[in-house]
Amino acid sequence: MLKEYIDAIKGFAERNLPVINVPVELWYIAWIFIFGGAILGGALLFAGLGAYVERRVAGFLQSRLGPNRVGPQGLLQFMADGIKLVLKEDLIPDAADKLLFRAAPYVLFIGTLGVFAALPFAQNIGITNINIGLLYIMAISSFVVIAIIMAGWASANKWSLYGGMRSAAQIISYEIPIGISFLLVIMITGTMNMHQIIEGQAGGLHRWFVFRYPPFTMIAFLVYYVAAMAEVNRTPFDIPEAESELVGGFHTEYSGMRFAMFYMAEYANMFAVSAIGTILFLGGWQSPLPFNILVPLGTDFISSNQFFIQMLIWLEGFGWFLSKVLWLVFLMMWLRWTLPRYRVDQLMAVCWKVLLPVAFFNMLAVGLWLLL
Amino acid sequence: MLFDFAAILAFIIIAVLFVLVTLIFSWVVRPSKPSAEKASTYECGERPFGPSWIKFNIRFYVIALIFIIFEVEVLVLFPWAVIYKSLGLFGFVEMLIFVGILLIALAYLWKKGDLDWVKSNETNSK
Repeated sequence: MLKEYIDAIKGFAERNLPVINVPVELWYIAWIFIFGGAILGGALLFAGLGAYVERRVAGFLQSRLGPNRVGPQGLLQFMADGIKLVLKEDLIPDAADKLLFRAAPYVLFIGTLGVFAALPFAQNIGITNINIGLLYIMAISSFVVIAIIMAGWASANKWSLYGGMRSAAQIISYEIPIGISFLLVIMITGTMNMHQIIEGQAGGLHRWFVFRYPPFTMIAFLVYYVAAMAEVNRTPFDIPEAESELVGGFHTEYSGMRFAMFYMAEYANMFAVSAIGTILFLGGWQSPLPFNILVPLGTDFISSNQFFIQMLIWLEGFGWFLSKVLWLVFLMMWLRWTLPRYRVDQLMAVCWKVLLPVAFFNMLAVGLWLLL
Repeated sequence: MLFDFAAILAFIIIAVLFVLVTLIFSWVVRPSKPSAEKASTYECGERPFGPSWIKFNIRFYVIALIFIIFEVEVLVLFPWAVIYKSLGLFGFVEMLIFVGILLIALAYLWKKGDLDWVKSNETNSK
Protein backbone atom coordinates (compact mmCIF):
# COMPACT_ATOMS: atom_id res chain seq x y z
CA MET A 1 0.00 0.00 0.00
CA LEU A 2 2.50 2.58 1.20
CA LYS A 3 5.10 1.18 -1.20
CA GLU A 4 2.84 1.92 -4.17
CA TYR A 5 2.42 5.55 -3.15
CA ILE A 6 6.14 5.99 -2.69
CA ASP A 7 6.84 4.33 -6.03
CA ALA A 8 4.31 6.66 -7.65
CA ILE A 9 5.93 9.71 -6.06
CA LYS A 10 9.33 8.42 -7.12
CA GLY A 11 8.17 7.92 -10.71
CA PHE A 12 6.64 11.38 -10.75
CA ALA A 13 9.80 12.95 -9.37
CA GLU A 14 12.00 11.15 -11.89
CA ARG A 15 9.86 12.28 -14.79
CA ASN A 16 9.49 15.89 -13.77
CA LEU A 17 12.58 16.86 -11.81
CA PRO A 18 16.20 17.05 -12.85
CA VAL A 19 18.15 13.88 -12.07
CA ILE A 20 18.40 13.28 -8.37
CA ASN A 21 20.69 10.61 -7.05
CA VAL A 22 19.05 9.44 -3.87
CA PRO A 23 19.64 5.82 -2.82
CA VAL A 24 16.38 3.86 -3.09
CA GLU A 25 16.44 2.75 0.56
CA LEU A 26 16.88 6.30 1.81
CA TRP A 27 14.06 7.44 -0.47
CA TYR A 28 11.68 4.84 0.98
CA ILE A 29 12.67 5.51 4.59
CA ALA A 30 12.27 9.26 4.16
CA TRP A 31 8.83 8.94 2.63
CA ILE A 32 7.63 6.39 5.22
CA PHE A 33 8.52 8.91 7.87
CA ILE A 34 6.80 11.73 6.00
CA PHE A 35 3.57 9.70 5.72
CA GLY A 36 3.90 8.55 9.32
CA GLY A 37 4.40 12.13 10.45
CA ALA A 38 1.30 13.17 8.52
CA ILE A 39 -0.81 10.48 10.21
CA LEU A 40 0.62 11.45 13.59
CA GLY A 41 -0.18 15.08 12.86
CA GLY A 42 -3.74 14.14 11.93
CA ALA A 43 -4.15 12.08 15.09
CA LEU A 44 -2.84 14.91 17.26
CA LEU A 45 -5.01 17.48 15.51
CA PHE A 46 -8.00 15.23 16.15
CA ALA A 47 -6.96 14.86 19.79
CA GLY A 48 -6.72 18.63 20.21
CA LEU A 49 -9.96 19.43 18.43
CA GLY A 50 -11.65 16.47 20.13
CA ALA A 51 -10.74 17.84 23.54
CA TYR A 52 -12.15 21.24 22.52
CA VAL A 53 -15.34 19.79 21.05
CA GLU A 54 -15.83 17.62 24.12
CA ARG A 55 -15.69 20.64 26.42
CA ARG A 56 -17.98 22.57 24.13
CA VAL A 57 -20.49 19.69 23.91
CA ALA A 58 -20.31 19.29 27.68
CA GLY A 59 -21.00 23.00 28.01
CA PHE A 60 -24.08 22.90 25.81
CA LEU A 61 -25.41 19.75 27.44
CA GLN A 62 -25.16 21.44 30.81
CA SER A 63 -26.65 24.76 29.68
CA ARG A 64 -23.41 26.70 29.78
CA LEU A 65 -21.05 27.93 27.09
CA GLY A 66 -17.81 26.02 27.42
CA PRO A 67 -14.53 27.52 26.17
CA ASN A 68 -15.26 30.37 23.74
CA ARG A 69 -12.48 32.94 24.29
CA VAL A 70 -9.38 31.76 22.39
CA GLY A 71 -9.92 32.17 18.66
CA PRO A 72 -13.29 32.07 16.88
CA GLN A 73 -15.78 30.19 19.10
CA GLY A 74 -12.81 29.10 21.23
CA LEU A 75 -11.45 26.91 18.44
CA LEU A 76 -7.83 27.59 19.35
CA GLN A 77 -8.38 26.58 22.97
CA PHE A 78 -6.42 23.35 22.49
CA MET A 79 -3.38 25.29 21.32
CA ALA A 80 -3.50 27.50 24.38
CA ASP A 81 -3.81 24.39 26.55
CA GLY A 82 -0.89 22.80 24.73
CA ILE A 83 1.35 25.81 25.24
CA LYS A 84 0.39 25.93 28.89
CA LEU A 85 1.18 22.24 29.39
CA VAL A 86 4.56 22.52 27.64
CA LEU A 87 5.53 25.34 29.97
CA LYS A 88 4.48 23.47 33.12
CA GLU A 89 7.06 22.08 35.48
CA ASP A 90 7.46 18.32 35.17
CA LEU A 91 7.46 16.59 38.54
CA ILE A 92 8.46 13.03 39.29
CA PRO A 93 7.83 12.00 42.89
CA ASP A 94 10.88 10.84 44.84
CA ALA A 95 9.22 7.57 45.72
CA ALA A 96 8.39 6.72 42.08
CA ASP A 97 10.06 4.06 40.00
CA LYS A 98 11.75 6.59 37.71
CA LEU A 99 12.48 4.35 34.75
CA LEU A 100 8.97 2.93 34.44
CA PHE A 101 7.43 6.33 35.18
CA ARG A 102 9.31 7.84 32.23
CA ALA A 103 8.77 4.86 29.94
CA ALA A 104 4.97 4.71 30.27
CA PRO A 105 4.11 7.52 27.77
CA TYR A 106 6.31 5.90 25.12
CA VAL A 107 4.60 2.53 25.46
CA LEU A 108 1.22 4.28 25.41
CA PHE A 109 1.96 6.06 22.16
CA ILE A 110 3.22 2.88 20.49
CA GLY A 111 -0.17 1.32 21.18
CA THR A 112 -2.09 4.41 20.09
CA LEU A 113 -0.25 5.19 16.87
CA GLY A 114 0.24 1.54 15.98
CA VAL A 115 -3.51 1.16 15.45
CA PHE A 116 -3.54 4.04 12.96
CA ALA A 117 -1.03 2.15 10.79
CA ALA A 118 -3.66 -0.46 9.94
CA LEU A 119 -6.75 1.70 9.39
CA PRO A 120 -8.08 2.10 5.84
CA PHE A 121 -9.16 5.71 5.34
CA ALA A 122 -10.59 5.51 1.82
CA GLN A 123 -10.64 3.15 -1.13
CA ASN A 124 -7.08 1.78 -1.37
CA ILE A 125 -5.93 4.53 0.98
CA GLY A 126 -4.22 3.59 4.19
CA ILE A 127 -0.72 3.08 5.44
CA THR A 128 -0.67 -0.70 5.33
CA ASN A 129 -2.79 -3.42 3.79
CA ILE A 130 -1.84 -6.42 5.91
CA ASN A 131 -3.80 -9.66 5.70
CA ILE A 132 -4.00 -10.02 9.49
CA GLY A 133 -5.26 -6.47 10.07
CA LEU A 134 -7.77 -7.25 12.81
CA LEU A 135 -5.43 -9.56 14.70
CA TYR A 136 -2.72 -6.91 14.49
CA ILE A 137 -5.05 -4.25 15.87
CA MET A 138 -6.07 -6.47 18.78
CA ALA A 139 -2.41 -7.12 19.54
CA ILE A 140 -0.99 -3.63 19.25
CA SER A 141 -3.79 -1.94 21.18
CA SER A 142 -2.83 -4.08 24.20
CA PHE A 143 0.20 -1.82 24.59
CA VAL A 144 -2.17 0.72 26.11
CA VAL A 145 -2.98 -1.60 29.03
CA ILE A 146 0.71 -2.20 29.67
CA ALA A 147 1.35 1.54 29.67
CA ILE A 148 -1.49 2.13 32.13
CA ILE A 149 -0.25 -0.56 34.53
CA MET A 150 3.28 0.85 34.22
CA ALA A 151 2.10 4.38 34.94
CA GLY A 152 -0.12 3.31 37.83
CA TRP A 153 2.46 1.10 39.51
CA ALA A 154 5.49 3.32 38.93
CA SER A 155 3.87 6.41 40.45
CA ALA A 156 4.14 4.85 43.92
CA ASN A 157 0.84 6.47 44.78
CA LYS A 158 -2.11 4.58 46.22
CA TRP A 159 -4.60 6.33 43.93
CA SER A 160 -2.47 5.56 40.89
CA LEU A 161 -2.05 1.94 41.88
CA TYR A 162 -5.78 1.43 42.32
CA GLY A 163 -6.55 3.35 39.15
CA GLY A 164 -4.04 1.39 37.14
CA MET A 165 -5.22 -1.97 38.44
CA ARG A 166 -8.88 -1.17 37.92
CA SER A 167 -8.13 0.07 34.45
CA ALA A 168 -6.18 -3.05 33.59
CA ALA A 169 -8.94 -5.33 34.89
CA GLN A 170 -11.53 -3.33 32.96
CA ILE A 171 -9.66 -3.17 29.66
CA ILE A 172 -8.69 -6.84 29.59
CA SER A 173 -12.21 -7.90 30.54
CA TYR A 174 -13.83 -5.86 27.79
CA GLU A 175 -11.32 -7.07 25.24
CA ILE A 176 -13.12 -10.42 25.11
CA PRO A 177 -16.52 -9.12 23.86
CA ILE A 178 -14.57 -7.01 21.35
CA GLY A 179 -12.68 -10.08 20.18
CA ILE A 180 -15.93 -11.99 19.69
CA SER A 181 -17.43 -9.10 17.72
CA PHE A 182 -14.34 -9.21 15.51
CA LEU A 183 -14.84 -12.97 15.09
CA LEU A 184 -18.35 -12.40 13.83
CA VAL A 185 -17.19 -10.11 11.05
CA ILE A 186 -14.34 -12.46 10.15
CA MET A 187 -16.83 -15.34 9.90
CA ILE A 188 -19.03 -13.34 7.52
CA THR A 189 -16.21 -12.08 5.29
CA GLY A 190 -13.67 -14.88 5.65
CA THR A 191 -10.79 -12.44 5.92
CA MET A 192 -8.96 -10.39 8.53
CA ASN A 193 -7.91 -7.80 5.97
CA MET A 194 -9.59 -4.47 6.76
CA HIS A 195 -9.77 -3.35 3.13
CA GLN A 196 -11.48 -6.56 2.06
CA ILE A 197 -13.90 -6.35 4.98
CA ILE A 198 -15.01 -2.92 3.74
CA GLU A 199 -15.25 -4.09 0.14
CA GLY A 200 -17.62 -6.82 1.36
CA GLN A 201 -20.03 -4.07 2.45
CA ALA A 202 -20.30 -2.27 -0.88
CA GLY A 203 -23.64 -1.37 -2.40
CA GLY A 204 -25.47 0.87 0.02
CA LEU A 205 -26.88 1.02 3.51
CA HIS A 206 -28.54 -2.41 3.59
CA ARG A 207 -25.23 -4.12 2.76
CA TRP A 208 -23.45 -2.77 5.84
CA PHE A 209 -22.78 -5.54 8.34
CA VAL A 210 -24.76 -3.79 11.03
CA PHE A 211 -27.93 -4.40 8.98
CA ARG A 212 -26.88 -7.60 7.19
CA TYR A 213 -28.05 -10.39 9.51
CA PRO A 214 -30.74 -8.76 11.63
CA PRO A 215 -30.78 -8.55 14.53
CA PHE A 216 -27.57 -10.42 15.33
CA THR A 217 -24.99 -8.16 13.72
CA MET A 218 -26.71 -5.13 15.16
CA ILE A 219 -26.39 -6.66 18.62
CA ALA A 220 -22.75 -7.39 17.85
CA PHE A 221 -22.24 -3.76 16.91
CA LEU A 222 -23.82 -2.61 20.17
CA VAL A 223 -21.66 -5.06 22.12
CA TYR A 224 -18.61 -3.74 20.30
CA TYR A 225 -19.50 -0.11 20.91
CA VAL A 226 -20.21 -0.57 24.62
CA ALA A 227 -17.01 -2.57 25.09
CA ALA A 228 -15.03 -0.02 23.07
CA MET A 229 -16.27 2.74 25.34
CA ALA A 230 -14.95 0.73 28.28
CA GLU A 231 -11.66 0.13 26.44
CA VAL A 232 -10.97 3.84 26.17
CA ASN A 233 -12.10 4.49 29.77
CA ARG A 234 -14.99 6.74 28.87
CA THR A 235 -17.94 7.44 31.13
CA PRO A 236 -20.03 5.45 32.11
CA PHE A 237 -16.96 3.19 32.32
CA ASP A 238 -14.40 5.70 33.58
CA ILE A 239 -13.79 3.90 36.87
CA PRO A 240 -9.98 4.12 36.49
CA GLU A 241 -10.14 7.91 36.51
CA ALA A 242 -13.17 8.33 38.76
CA GLU A 243 -12.14 11.72 40.10
CA SER A 244 -14.51 11.63 43.03
CA GLU A 245 -12.82 8.54 44.48
CA LEU A 246 -9.40 8.18 42.85
CA VAL A 247 -8.31 11.81 42.22
CA GLY A 248 -6.85 11.26 38.72
CA GLY A 249 -6.46 7.50 38.63
CA PHE A 250 -3.31 6.18 37.02
CA HIS A 251 -2.06 9.62 35.96
CA THR A 252 -2.44 11.34 39.34
CA GLU A 253 1.31 11.96 39.65
CA TYR A 254 1.87 12.99 36.05
CA SER A 255 2.21 16.66 35.24
CA GLY A 256 3.11 18.93 32.34
CA MET A 257 3.80 17.34 28.99
CA ARG A 258 3.82 13.79 30.34
CA PHE A 259 0.23 14.27 31.46
CA ALA A 260 -0.62 15.76 28.06
CA MET A 261 0.57 12.51 26.46
CA PHE A 262 -2.06 10.54 28.35
CA TYR A 263 -4.68 13.13 27.50
CA MET A 264 -3.89 13.13 23.79
CA ALA A 265 -3.70 9.34 23.68
CA GLU A 266 -7.20 9.12 25.17
CA TYR A 267 -8.70 11.15 22.33
CA ALA A 268 -6.61 9.43 19.67
CA ASN A 269 -7.83 6.09 21.04
CA MET A 270 -11.41 7.33 20.88
CA PHE A 271 -10.91 8.01 17.20
CA ALA A 272 -9.26 4.61 16.70
CA VAL A 273 -12.02 2.54 18.31
CA SER A 274 -14.72 4.52 16.49
CA ALA A 275 -12.86 3.97 13.23
CA ILE A 276 -12.66 0.22 13.86
CA GLY A 277 -16.39 0.13 14.62
CA THR A 278 -17.06 2.04 11.41
CA ILE A 279 -14.88 -0.29 9.36
CA LEU A 280 -16.34 -3.49 10.75
CA PHE A 281 -20.02 -2.64 10.95
CA LEU A 282 -20.81 0.67 9.27
CA GLY A 283 -19.15 0.08 5.93
CA GLY A 284 -15.97 2.10 6.42
CA TRP A 285 -15.62 4.45 3.46
CA GLN A 286 -18.62 2.96 1.64
CA SER A 287 -21.41 5.36 0.81
CA PRO A 288 -24.85 4.67 2.36
CA LEU A 289 -26.27 5.24 -1.14
CA PRO A 290 -25.81 2.55 -3.79
CA PHE A 291 -24.08 5.03 -6.11
CA ASN A 292 -21.35 7.68 -5.89
CA ILE A 293 -22.29 11.33 -5.57
CA LEU A 294 -19.14 13.13 -6.56
CA VAL A 295 -18.03 10.95 -9.45
CA PRO A 296 -20.87 11.63 -11.94
CA LEU A 297 -20.57 15.28 -11.04
CA GLY A 298 -16.88 15.14 -11.96
CA THR A 299 -17.32 13.20 -15.21
CA ASP A 300 -20.28 15.19 -16.49
CA PHE A 301 -19.39 18.73 -15.67
CA ILE A 302 -15.76 19.24 -14.85
CA SER A 303 -13.37 16.86 -16.52
CA SER A 304 -13.04 13.24 -17.53
CA ASN A 305 -9.41 13.02 -16.48
CA GLN A 306 -8.83 9.56 -14.93
CA PHE A 307 -6.63 10.88 -12.15
CA PHE A 308 -9.14 13.57 -11.27
CA ILE A 309 -11.99 11.04 -11.03
CA GLN A 310 -9.85 8.77 -8.84
CA MET A 311 -9.23 11.72 -6.54
CA LEU A 312 -12.99 12.37 -6.35
CA ILE A 313 -13.62 8.71 -5.40
CA TRP A 314 -11.02 8.93 -2.66
CA LEU A 315 -12.34 12.24 -1.42
CA GLU A 316 -15.89 10.96 -1.22
CA GLY A 317 -14.79 7.76 0.52
CA PHE A 318 -12.75 9.67 3.05
CA GLY A 319 -15.65 12.05 3.63
CA TRP A 320 -18.04 9.19 4.40
CA PHE A 321 -15.49 7.47 6.60
CA LEU A 322 -14.75 10.62 8.58
CA SER A 323 -18.40 11.56 9.02
CA LYS A 324 -19.27 8.10 10.40
CA VAL A 325 -16.29 8.06 12.73
CA LEU A 326 -16.98 11.56 14.00
CA TRP A 327 -20.61 10.64 14.60
CA LEU A 328 -19.54 7.68 16.77
CA VAL A 329 -17.08 9.92 18.63
CA PHE A 330 -19.79 12.50 19.20
CA LEU A 331 -22.07 9.75 20.51
CA MET A 332 -19.39 8.85 23.05
CA MET A 333 -19.23 12.46 24.22
CA TRP A 334 -22.99 12.69 24.38
CA LEU A 335 -23.16 9.53 26.53
CA ARG A 336 -20.35 10.75 28.76
CA TRP A 337 -22.23 13.87 29.74
CA THR A 338 -25.57 12.11 30.02
CA LEU A 339 -24.94 8.96 32.03
CA PRO A 340 -23.67 8.56 35.58
CA ARG A 341 -20.67 6.36 36.30
CA TYR A 342 -20.91 2.63 37.00
CA ARG A 343 -19.68 1.14 40.24
CA VAL A 344 -16.70 -1.17 39.88
CA ASP A 345 -18.68 -4.33 40.62
CA GLN A 346 -21.43 -3.31 38.19
CA LEU A 347 -18.76 -2.69 35.59
CA MET A 348 -17.43 -6.23 35.88
CA ALA A 349 -20.97 -7.65 35.93
CA VAL A 350 -21.88 -5.84 32.70
CA CYS A 351 -18.91 -7.37 30.94
CA TRP A 352 -18.91 -10.93 32.23
CA LYS A 353 -22.62 -11.50 32.81
CA VAL A 354 -24.20 -9.52 29.99
CA LEU A 355 -21.85 -8.74 27.12
CA LEU A 356 -19.92 -12.01 27.10
CA PRO A 357 -22.89 -14.45 26.99
CA VAL A 358 -24.72 -12.21 24.53
CA ALA A 359 -21.67 -12.06 22.29
CA PHE A 360 -21.24 -15.84 22.42
CA PHE A 361 -24.83 -16.68 21.56
CA ASN A 362 -24.76 -14.02 18.90
CA MET A 363 -21.78 -15.72 17.34
CA LEU A 364 -23.53 -19.10 17.40
CA ALA A 365 -26.62 -17.57 15.79
CA VAL A 366 -24.67 -15.96 12.96
CA GLY A 367 -22.70 -19.18 12.47
CA LEU A 368 -25.95 -21.08 12.07
CA TRP A 369 -27.35 -18.42 9.72
CA LEU A 370 -24.27 -18.61 7.51
CA LEU A 371 -24.71 -22.37 7.20
CA LEU A 372 -28.36 -22.17 6.13
CA MET B 1 3.65 -7.60 2.74
CA LEU B 2 7.09 -7.28 4.33
CA PHE B 3 7.12 -3.62 3.36
CA ASP B 4 3.86 -3.13 5.25
CA PHE B 5 5.37 -4.54 8.41
CA ALA B 6 8.40 -2.31 7.90
CA ALA B 7 5.96 0.61 7.77
CA ILE B 8 4.47 -0.55 11.08
CA LEU B 9 7.93 -0.67 12.61
CA ALA B 10 8.49 2.85 11.29
CA PHE B 11 5.24 3.91 12.96
CA ILE B 12 6.46 2.55 16.28
CA ILE B 13 9.70 4.48 15.84
CA ILE B 14 7.75 7.62 14.95
CA ALA B 15 5.61 7.23 18.08
CA VAL B 16 8.69 6.93 20.29
CA LEU B 17 10.44 9.82 18.52
CA PHE B 18 7.39 12.05 18.88
CA VAL B 19 7.20 11.53 22.64
CA LEU B 20 10.98 11.95 22.95
CA VAL B 21 11.13 15.17 20.92
CA THR B 22 8.12 16.71 22.68
CA LEU B 23 9.49 15.91 26.13
CA ILE B 24 12.94 17.26 25.21
CA PHE B 25 11.34 20.44 23.88
CA SER B 26 9.30 20.76 27.03
CA TRP B 27 12.44 20.09 29.11
CA VAL B 28 14.15 23.04 27.38
CA VAL B 29 11.36 25.58 27.84
CA ARG B 30 9.80 24.63 31.17
CA PRO B 31 10.90 25.92 34.56
CA SER B 32 12.52 23.54 37.03
CA LYS B 33 12.44 24.48 40.69
CA PRO B 34 12.31 21.18 42.52
CA SER B 35 11.64 21.06 46.24
CA ALA B 36 11.08 18.28 48.73
CA GLU B 37 7.41 19.22 49.07
CA LYS B 38 6.76 19.03 45.33
CA ALA B 39 8.52 15.68 45.01
CA SER B 40 6.51 14.04 47.76
CA THR B 41 3.77 11.59 46.87
CA TYR B 42 0.31 13.11 46.59
CA GLU B 43 -2.14 11.86 49.15
CA CYS B 44 -4.85 14.50 49.32
CA GLY B 45 -2.51 17.01 50.93
CA GLU B 46 -1.74 14.79 53.92
CA ARG B 47 1.71 13.40 54.54
CA PRO B 48 1.75 9.97 52.88
CA PHE B 49 1.76 7.14 55.38
CA GLY B 50 2.99 3.63 54.80
CA PRO B 51 4.37 2.27 51.55
CA SER B 52 2.39 2.91 48.38
CA TRP B 53 2.90 -0.55 46.97
CA ILE B 54 0.29 -2.09 49.19
CA LYS B 55 -1.47 -5.43 49.09
CA PHE B 56 -4.55 -5.02 46.96
CA ASN B 57 -7.59 -7.09 46.23
CA ILE B 58 -6.97 -10.65 44.98
CA ARG B 59 -9.95 -10.16 42.63
CA PHE B 60 -7.68 -8.52 40.08
CA TYR B 61 -5.63 -11.70 39.90
CA VAL B 62 -8.70 -13.89 39.43
CA ILE B 63 -9.99 -11.59 36.67
CA ALA B 64 -6.61 -11.82 34.93
CA LEU B 65 -6.77 -15.63 35.09
CA ILE B 66 -10.27 -15.73 33.62
CA PHE B 67 -9.18 -13.24 30.98
CA ILE B 68 -6.31 -15.44 29.83
CA ILE B 69 -8.59 -18.44 29.34
CA PHE B 70 -11.17 -16.54 27.30
CA GLU B 71 -8.74 -14.39 25.35
CA VAL B 72 -6.68 -17.36 24.24
CA GLU B 73 -9.91 -19.05 23.23
CA VAL B 74 -10.94 -16.05 21.12
CA LEU B 75 -7.52 -15.97 19.48
CA VAL B 76 -7.71 -19.70 18.74
CA LEU B 77 -11.03 -19.06 17.02
CA PHE B 78 -9.57 -16.37 14.72
CA PRO B 79 -8.08 -18.76 12.11
CA TRP B 80 -11.19 -20.93 12.42
CA ALA B 81 -13.38 -17.92 11.58
CA VAL B 82 -11.35 -17.12 8.45
CA ILE B 83 -12.15 -20.50 6.86
CA TYR B 84 -15.56 -20.91 8.52
CA LYS B 85 -17.59 -20.83 5.30
CA SER B 86 -15.53 -23.55 3.64
CA LEU B 87 -15.64 -25.75 6.73
CA GLY B 88 -19.42 -25.93 6.69
CA LEU B 89 -21.34 -27.93 9.28
CA PHE B 90 -18.20 -29.67 10.52
CA GLY B 91 -16.69 -26.34 11.55
CA PHE B 92 -19.88 -25.27 13.27
CA VAL B 93 -20.15 -28.45 15.34
CA GLU B 94 -16.50 -28.28 16.30
CA MET B 95 -16.90 -24.69 17.43
CA LEU B 96 -20.04 -25.66 19.31
CA ILE B 97 -18.07 -28.23 21.31
CA PHE B 98 -15.16 -25.87 21.88
CA VAL B 99 -17.26 -22.88 22.90
CA GLY B 100 -19.62 -25.18 24.81
CA ILE B 101 -16.80 -26.29 27.14
CA LEU B 102 -15.91 -22.65 27.71
CA LEU B 103 -19.51 -21.69 28.36
CA ILE B 104 -19.66 -24.46 30.97
CA ALA B 105 -16.54 -22.92 32.49
CA LEU B 106 -18.23 -19.54 32.48
CA ALA B 107 -21.34 -21.00 34.11
CA TYR B 108 -19.13 -22.64 36.74
CA LEU B 109 -17.36 -19.35 37.50
CA TRP B 110 -20.70 -17.61 37.67
CA LYS B 111 -22.07 -20.20 40.12
CA LYS B 112 -18.93 -20.04 42.26
CA GLY B 113 -19.33 -16.27 42.49
CA ASP B 114 -15.99 -15.53 40.84
CA LEU B 115 -17.61 -13.11 38.43
CA ASP B 116 -18.93 -10.97 41.29
CA TRP B 117 -16.59 -8.24 42.35
CA VAL B 118 -17.49 -8.63 46.00
CA LYS B 119 -17.58 -12.30 46.83
CA SER B 120 -20.10 -12.80 49.57
CA ASN B 121 -19.28 -14.90 52.63
CA GLU B 122 -22.15 -17.16 51.81
CA THR B 123 -20.59 -18.29 48.55
CA ASN B 124 -17.19 -18.53 50.24
CA SER B 125 -18.39 -21.03 52.78
CA LYS B 126 -19.91 -23.31 50.17
